[in-house]
This record gives sequence, structure tokens and C-alpha cells, in this order.
Amino acid sequence: MITYLEAIRLAQQKALATDPRVFLYGQDIGNFGGAFKATKNLSAEFPGRVLDAPLSEDAIVGMAIGAAIEGARPIVEMQFADFSTCGLNQIVNHAGTLFYRTGVPCPIVVRLPSGGTSGGGPFHSQSLEAIYAHWPGLVVVTPATVEDAYTMLLEAVAIDDPVVFCEHKFLYYHLKAETLPETSLPIGKARIARTGRDATVVTHGAMLHESLAAASELAEDGYQLEIVDLRSVKPLDTDTVLASVARTGRLLVVSEEWPWGGVSAEVISRVTTEGFGLLDAAPMRVNAKDTPVPYHPDLWSVHRPTASTIAAAARRLLDL
Amino acid sequence: MSKTIAPVTESDYLKAYRVMLLSRVLEEKLASLYRAGMIKGGVFLGRGQEALSTATGIHLRKGDIFAPLIRDQAGRLAFGDTVLDTLRTYLGSQLGSMRGRDGNIHRGRPRDGYYAMISHLGAMVPAVAGGLLARRLRGESGVVGATCLGDGGTSTGAFHEGLNAAAVDKLPLVVVVANNQYAYSTPNSRQYACADLLDKAAGYGIAGHKADGTDLLDCLQTLRKAIHAAREGGGPQLVVASLLRLVGHGEHDDFSYLDKNLKTSAVGADCLLVAEKHIVDQGWQTTDDLAEWRREAEQEVNSTADRVRREPSPDAEEDDWAALSRPEYREQFAAV
Repeated sequence: MITYLEAIRLAQQKALATDPRVFLYGQDIGNFGGAFKATKNLSAEFPGRVLDAPLSEDAIVGMAIGAAIEGARPIVEMQFADFSTCGLNQIVNHAGTLFYRTGVPCPIVVRLPSGGTSGGGPFHSQSLEAIYAHWPGLVVVTPATVEDAYTMLLEAVAIDDPVVFCEHKFLYYHLKAETLPETSLPIGKARIARTGRDATVVTHGAMLHESLAAASELAEDGYQLEIVDLRSVKPLDTDTVLASVARTGRLLVVSEEWPWGGVSAEVISRVTTEGFGLLDAAPMRVNAKDTPVPYHPDLWSVHRPTASTIAAAARRLLDL
Repeated sequence: MSKTIAPVTESDYLKAYRVMLLSRVLEEKLASLYRAGMIKGGVFLGRGQEALSTATGIHLRKGDIFAPLIRDQAGRLAFGDTVLDTLRTYLGSQLGSMRGRDGNIHRGRPRDGYYAMISHLGAMVPAVAGGLLARRLRGESGVVGATCLGDGGTSTGAFHEGLNAAAVDKLPLVVVVANNQYAYSTPNSRQYACADLLDKAAGYGIAGHKADGTDLLDCLQTLRKAIHAAREGGGPQLVVASLLRLVGHGEHDDFSYLDKNLKTSAVGADCLLVAEKHIVDQGWQTTDDLAEWRREAEQEVNSTADRVRREPSPDAEEDDWAALSRPEYREQFAAV
């Protein structure tokens, strides 16, 4: 069985094997194979192309940008998404502006091991897709399945624009697949993960699986939730979301991010401005609590949305 | 490692002087256009830094990488930028390399190894290092990358991270620091506490070179040596030159904070005047010859400015407003 994490390793292996422009740069990713082993054995298989970096997120991203200008296709690993804020300037002000300013694209992939896990605490748990989506010039993806982790990473390497690749740590070992696909939906297209007639749940990342569990719970009561997995938050597939809301008339957005702004706010904004007449009830959302992500599992499991809080919100949305 | 480094000849010196002169004349024109309200945005001049900047740009070759900073008009011209594109960018011509999307010193042609700086100081240090890393991975050798910044820039995290990372990989990076005594209004006494910025080189395990930024000959010799050392595999080189920014931070700045004693100190000399005196003292050219060169430079700058002023501004209706290269990723946010 192939885990989500192994899919990410295999995608990097394939990118290195098939494209001589690709190289990997990041902390502890060489012989050690990375903090999560997402690059295990790759430095031995591709000598000189999987390079350990000093503990310098700004330099890691900045060097990737320079390399991309010279025609390379760097994949850089932030050890945790949380630490990407130390490289934020290069990501948003340099990579994100290069094409618009100079006409020269910036084909880098910045891998962000994202999201909460039990015991991760305030600085190893963050979901930062919304802040990167806020700046122009970046593609921000949030694969929620083993298959998407693989194909979207390969697609991220292939495209000319800078990609912030938000891979979810909670899914690293939890998700498994028999085989990996060669093709899939392109970046920018959402996927209906479960069809349903009563309400639309729009979500991404690890929250897809909590939402699917909530949908199973409601199905026992005879209510059908339609689950939309955004897959990429920028570009955001408004058409698929609106089409689903047109079928159900109700919208619940679930995101592991903090509530202020963010993907859930963006989805609700788009649906209310572009599809207000489709709604039979005010849209709702479920987010993490507006505090740092707590360390203790008993606090963390309440901080983040779960199947039960999503199901409870869905019941309120359905006036149950 | 090779070999002896060629000495700076009369011809080298005069060629560099003419770049300095053209830069000075061009910047005088920019200041004048600014006062006339014709510049879009700010004007930031490199007056007093032309010797150092020219010495950097002139020793780089086609195929090298150069990321100049705010006060490197001279180095830009030495590396191959033009009076035409400078004026186009400042005057906001649609035909400039930045097409009106960015302005003044934020210009470049990255595909030609001429990186376009972002305003966040130090950011270009790792970018040039990464460009050099990519060249190395491609099997190219003998390439050098240079980037410039001031005393203020050495206090940034990006400067530290980039230089350290480049040192770890022994990349052929030359970082040229113009210690011009002020970062905007902040004097060196509030910028760093080490005795000399050059001390930082030892901390990174790289070579350091000191230069007199007011003396073209010393700048040419020092940069020739530093760039040669990087090209020959000596790893990153840190050059620190002492000089004085002879103008405010930008043309909007009255420079009221200038310590007048600096003007009369060793760093306060005007490198262009020092070079002119050297040329005349050596008997290489007469003052009349130099005056003629200045007239030629003024003619080029003025005629180019006249031409650029007739060029179209960018058309907001024509701009594709695309920050991503892939058309299918462009979202429409406009409220209808």
C-alpha cells in the first residue's frame, strides 16, 4: 500500500528521474531523507541533486527563485509549513511578483508540510494556504488524497508558475492507496468527493475526510451531504462550487484554518456574491478556533473541526 | 587557481571613467526630470558610488549574473543596461523592460543574468546564490554572480542567510557592500557594532576585500581581484568599500541628517572628481577632453530622454492583469 507521504516521495523521485532541470533543496533532506522521510533514499539515487540546506528558509526559497530564473525546476521543502513564514518574503514578494514584473516565470515548488497532528502544538501545526493565496502570483494547492498528492506534485513541478504545495501531515500515514494514477483532474479543478442532494460541504485537505465522516453520519439519518474537495485553493474552482450549491441550495464550508479571512471566507464570499439566489439558507462555516494550535491532544481535538462538529453544523444548516 | 591578475591599465581606467560619467550625467537628468514632475514615482541616485558600482559591473562578463541595487546606475550601465531602458523605466514608457509594471531601480532582464531587485534588502543575495547553484548543476563553470547592497542591507536576515548558504556551497558569489555611512537617515553607529563590516567575512568563512570607494583605481583593482577569485573557485567574496552617499536617500530627501564632518573626511570625496584629477594628473586626457566627453554624454542622455517622452504610457485597458503565466489559472474577481 502506498501512503500519502510515500506518494510525495515517489512524485519527487519521478520528477528527478524524468526532468534533468529538477533538484531538491531543504533542511535535512539529503542522506537523512527529511524530517518526515519524504526524500528518503533520493540523494543516493540522484547524487548531487538532493541538497541539504542550512537552517535558512529565506535563503532556501531565495535560492530556488534564482535557480528558476536560470531554467531549473527546484522543489524546496520547508520542514514545517509554520517555518515558511521565515521565507515568506521571498515567496510572496519575489516569486509571486517575478512574472508580472519581468515576464520571466518562476517555476518553483515550495512544499509545506501543513496542518495539525496530535501533539504538534502551536508551531508545527499551521494551515497557511490562505495567506499565500492572498498574494497574487502564486498557485496554492491542498491535495487531500494519495492520488492527488502524487499527480498534483508532478503537475506543480511541470507548470511555470510558483506553487505552494500544502501537503497535510495528518494524512501522511493515515491515507493509503493501492496504486498511483498517471493522470487526474488538473490543478484548478475541484472534485465532487461524495454526491448528495441536501447540502453542499466545501472543504480541502485533511478536513475532506472529517467531512466525509460527517456525511456518513448524516446519511444514517437519511440526509445526503454533497462534499466538494477544492484540491487547489488558488485558483479556486468557483464553478464547481456554484453548480453544487445550485443542486443543494445550502452551503457549509469546512476548513482547518483559523477563521479570520481564509478559504472558508473566500468561498462564502464568492457564493453569496455570485450565487446568492441559489441559497435557501445563510451559508455556514466551521473553522479551527481563533487561538494558536494547542499542544495537548485533548485541546487540539477540540480546536480543529471534526466529523462531529461538522455534522452538528450540517444539522443546524438543515434545520434539524 | 590561476595566475596573475592583469593590472588596471590606462585604457581600463578611462573606459570605467566614461561609464561613471555617463551614469552621473544620466542621474543628473533624472533629478532634473524629477523636479519637473516628469518621473513616475521616486528617484534614487548613486552619486558618490559610481566608482565602486562601475568596478563591479565592468568586471562581469556576458553569462555572469548581476543583481544591482538602488545606487547602481553605473554598474548597470557597465553590465549592459542602457540609457534608453533606464529612462523608459523612470518615465514609465510602455516600451521599457518593466512595461510600467515596476519602475525606477526595480528593473532588469533576468533572462540575461540581469536580475530585477525587489525592495526588500538582502533578498537578492540568496537569489543570485541560487542562480549560481543552478548553473553549477547544469555543469557550467567559470560563472560569477555579483550583488550589491549598502551598510543597512548587511543588517538583514536575507543577507546573512544568503551569504552563509553560499559559503556552505562555496558558490562564486561576490557581495559588494557600499558602506555609504547612512541607511536612509540611520548612521552606521545605529546600524552595526562590529569594528568594520569586513569583519563579517571571517564569520562566514569567506574572503574579504576592503576598498576605498572614492578611488576608482582601488575599486577596479579590488573588484578585479575579488571577481577573479570567485571565478577561479575561491568561493564567496565580500567586498566592503567606504564612501559617502553624496545625496539624500531619494530626491525627495533633503539629507538634513548628514554629519557635515563626513563631507570633509576621507570618505566624503566625490569619486568622479577624484578620477578626473587622476586622469589629468597622469596626462591621459586634458580637462578639455573630459569636458567634451561630458558634452557627449549629455547629448546622448538628452536626446534619449526627448525620444522616450514621446513614447506611449502603458494602457490599463491593454494590460492582461496576469500575475500567473498560465491563462487558465487567472481568476476573474472584478465585480460586474
